[in-house]
Amino acid sequence: MTETTADPTDSTDPTDTVDLPGLPRERGCPFDPAPGYAHLRESAPITRIAFPSGGSGWLVTRYEDVRALLADPRFSSRLSAAAPHVRTAVAALPEPLPGALLRLDEPEHARYRRPVMRAFTVKRVQQLRPRIQQIVDERLDAMERAGGPVDLVAELALPVTSLVICELLGVSYDDRETFHGLAGRLLAIESSPEEGQQARAELASFIAALVAAKREKPDDDLLSTLIAEADADPDSPLTDIALTVLGSLLLIAGHETTANMIALGTLTLLEHPDQLAALREDPALADRTVEELLRHLTIIQFGLVRMATEDLTLGGRSIRAGEYVVASLPSANRDPGLGIEDPDRLDITRTPAAHVAFGYGPHQCLGQQLARAELQITLTSLFSRFPGLRLAAPAESLPFRDDMLIYGLHQLPVTW
Amino acid sequence: MRITLDEDRCCGAGTCVMTAPDVFDQRDDGIVVLLDPNPPAQLATSVHDAAARCPAAAIRVETE
Repeated sequence: MTETTADPTDSTDPTDTVDLPGLPRERGCPFDPAPGYAHLRESAPITRIAFPSGGSGWLVTRYEDVRALLADPRFSSRLSAAAPHVRTAVAALPEPLPGALLRLDEPEHARYRRPVMRAFTVKRVQQLRPRIQQIVDERLDAMERAGGPVDLVAELALPVTSLVICELLGVSYDDRETFHGLAGRLLAIESSPEEGQQARAELASFIAALVAAKREKPDDDLLSTLIAEADADPDSPLTDIALTVLGSLLLIAGHETTANMIALGTLTLLEHPDQLAALREDPALADRTVEELLRHLTIIQFGLVRMATEDLTLGGRSIRAGEYVVASLPSANRDPGLGIEDPDRLDITRTPAAHVAFGYGPHQCLGQQLARAELQITLTSLFSRFPGLRLAAPAESLPFRDDMLIYGLHQLPVTW
Repeated sequence: MRITLDEDRCCGAGTCVMTAPDVFDQRDDGIVVLLDPNPPAQLATSVHDAAARCPAAAIRVETE
């Protein structure tokens, strides 16, 4: 693992980046993307930005361009640097391992995505709903017994999403401190390349041990199913390395993103009492509420990065082979080009927008139906159990996750 | 209205099942299934919406 100070694929003279702006990072309101995005969509929808570690890339802020970019196979996910658009010290990544869905291109990506798709279909998630409801109810019982104030992140959001993915995958919930800690280290912007590498190695050995244990003693879970499938088929792409990499990804992505949406979604509704009142009046709005919160909050706050594999044109701009391009999901979801009225307004009654909160293209979030179910069940059950739910700390003092790749709240003190 | 699918492109996100459940379903392995290749005209909006929202561009709709 070596530390790089410049984007190795960027042939631009580094001195050219001196006057370039960086990725807009400074939020005004904690529920809105940095104000710089609205200006860019109008004036420079595809614009060159400086990367904090050196070098530069393109920033794409309009909805149509973001969708076109993420659906275009000429843009590769096989990046050689981790989050170069936000990190000051960027790890040079090795070639992606088998099963590393986030870093593979088609058709290799589909080979590893397909074996896990069966666990996340609309029907399969529908069957999981009663169990998710039970998990949520047990956590709400525990909150009620403890009495407020409590930290909603620690007492509800993280336990619910962790319990669900642990059961689905076959990970012991007793190991939560291990994988919660690893997620924190992997997603912190200021993690050094060495810290990131160390966390990835620890996560890999944690899951590798689990794969070995399940091969000895299979259970009724996804990891055991994948192992059995791999062992039965000599041509299966699911080597032990692929199983480990897939398991690591599903465990981290499966709890961290949705936990932050639960906490931030709760706060957003508390701070928009008219919207919360509308949801209380008509619980059938739960689906729309979740879609609108996903769009409005877009917790993949710094977007997705791709690399052009050839010289090409996107939205009228010439992009050269090897250049990095950042698709800003938060900006795309606030673009009038999304086709909804007043996209900066939170409106849980609107027809759900074709938002890109889960990304777009063949990499679009595999777990999106599970995330929706967890969000719908948790938010409606929470507000119905605690009608007097309110913040237990001043809104201005809340610790927002501006320092993490996934936005949300480090803590959310509430009482009722 | 005639719908064709490219199963090889399907990434199993389930967006079409959410958007037009009378027309699309998923096999157990997540791949899209066409329930009705010639749906009635009143479903045209949701079918076009499902095609537009499909992240993998696996759904094609021809209007006669």
